[in-house]
Amino acid sequence: MLTNSDKKAKEKKTIREYALGLNAKTKDIIQSWMFLGPSVLGVTVFFILPFLVVVYYSVIRSPLNPEFVFLQNFENVLGNAAFKIAVKNTVDFSIISVPLAVILSLGLALMLEEKIPLKSQFRTFFLSPMMVPVASVVLIWQVLFHNNGVMNEILMNFGAEKIDWLKSEWALGVIVILYLWKNLGYNMILFMAALANIPRELLEAAEVEGSSSFYKFFAIKLRYLSPTVLFVTILSMINSFKVFREIYLLTGEYPIERLYMLQHFMNNTFESLDYQKLSAAAVLMAIAMVVIIAVLFRIEDAFGKDVEG
Amino acid sequence: MKKKKYFGRFSMFIISAVFAFLFLMPTVLTISNSFMEQSELNANYGMIFSNITSDVKTYISDSVTLKFIPDKVSFSQYITALIKSPDYLFKFWNSVILVVPIVLLQVGTAALAAYGFTRWRGKFRSFMFFFYVILMLMPYQVTLVPNYLVSEWVGILNTRWAIIFPGMFAPFSVFLLTKFMRRIPKSLIEAAKLDGAGEWQIFTRICLPQCRSALYSIAILVFIDYWNMVEQPIILLQDASQQPLSVYLSQINAGEVGIAFAVATIYMIPTLLLFLHGEEYLVEGIAHQGSVKG
Repeated sequence: MLTNSDKKAKEKKTIREYALGLNAKTKDIIQSWMFLGPSVLGVTVFFILPFLVVVYYSVIRSPLNPEFVFLQNFENVLGNAAFKIAVKNTVDFSIISVPLAVILSLGLALMLEEKIPLKSQFRTFFLSPMMVPVASVVLIWQVLFHNNGVMNEILMNFGAEKIDWLKSEWALGVIVILYLWKNLGYNMILFMAALANIPRELLEAAEVEGSSSFYKFFAIKLRYLSPTVLFVTILSMINSFKVFREIYLLTGEYPIERLYMLQHFMNNTFESLDYQKLSAAAVLMAIAMVVIIAVLFRIEDAFGKDVEG
Repeated sequence: MKKKKYFGRFSMFIISAVFAFLFLMPTVLTISNSFMEQSELNANYGMIFSNITSDVKTYISDSVTLKFIPDKVSFSQYITALIKSPDYLFKFWNSVILVVPIVLLQVGTAALAAYGFTRWRGKFRSFMFFFYVILMLMPYQVTLVPNYLVSEWVGILNTRWAIIFPGMFAPFSVFLLTKFMRRIPKSLIEAAKLDGAGEWQIFTRICLPQCRSALYSIAILVFIDYWNMVEQPIILLQDASQQPLSVYLSQINAGEVGIAFAVATIYMIPTLLLFLHGEEYLVEGIAHQGSVKG
């Protein structure tokens, strides 16, 4: 093993460095930016700088009349009834669907971990929703949940009343099912991979000691799975925002109130060219995201240490 | 005791089989419906899509039937989609020339950046990484406005580049790849360094091969994401002749259900091939991440 000073001495001797007249540290920094540069530059130009402009737009009266109004746009947005409904619905949707996505996919992964026949076929089936283009998803969801659709046909066979799913209080549930159908497969794969990496010895030791599968799950598996749980949570959150596309295609620009999401609000504001409102809403959304991520990172830090230690 | 275990396994098999069937159903329906004549679809789906076809005298049943096997296998929808209206093929090609560059460029840029975030960790770089994560979580609707503004300034609005550039720098793969790369044993990199390998060599000879399955699985994810994009082209590439097939598919109206299923099936083929070829990678790529962590 070389000590630190040895390494430094070795680096100093490189002829190329003398030729370039650079010391090791500068060279290191330059090298790091050779790798990070393209991405950081692109992200800065295409995301960060424009986002700063959005922040600027959110505190002025209008692009033509750039008078500084500070929080006025935010007050307008926060007082907007449509915005309030959209926030409530989006939060509701995420609170229902993200934990469901995490728990159900973990359940599926645990089931497929057992020695059951056709395991790998099932795995492929669970992943298949990822392939289906949005359009046919939408068509099929209509076939299933239309007022004259398959679900109602089944209900009527049992003598129950018809429900116009997408226009009833069940609408959010229908969308949650769509979201789960689309995303459980990949989440499940992530959990299966994580389960496969739990040290066998630990589980076998628990087996020998005669611990229940309940204990094995909570004391051993879940502990090792915790980083994956967080990862899947983050992924599920991203995907919960993407479900807007399906809602939009299923129900149009103005769905029933229960399905009016933040993205509808953004979309409709974008179309009516109200940049001030849109920017303020975007900034508020970004702040909410920062808070959520910071909390998740804290949790990950705490759990991560627990597992590695 | 043993009996109980078998029973447990059996019930698990049944539950997973039911779920697996439910999950597969829409895919199967899409494919099987694409081989049905419009008249059969009308008969099966009755009132659901009838609002458009009402002016045409067709038989519309008042009940719905889910049929997985067509009465008569017909290729008429495919003939229409592939031969009679070359428009679909053009749009398919539009999708290809948009999505393939995005996948290659995004994964390439991301691999470089992920290596950067793995090997160098200053305060500034951790801050940047945090920023990436937040950007990654931003819904399209937030980033669309900035994207629109930049495209306008740079003068690429309504060209393919308006979609390719933001796609190339999307932070999602940077985040995933960094997670993978950080789990490559440090000793491996240190050893290479002692052998006199430069950063570029470590990157190409050690990091990339170690991440092969991860790169492949991320490429698949990125491909699926952009192959089905709808929002970005509608806003950033308003020229309909350049829009990808996914946009057309999303705007298909109820009267064209039959052709919609056929086009959707055609559109599924590339993803299907990627899956069949890469499912093991998709699983392995993730499994790998944990196994190195040890």
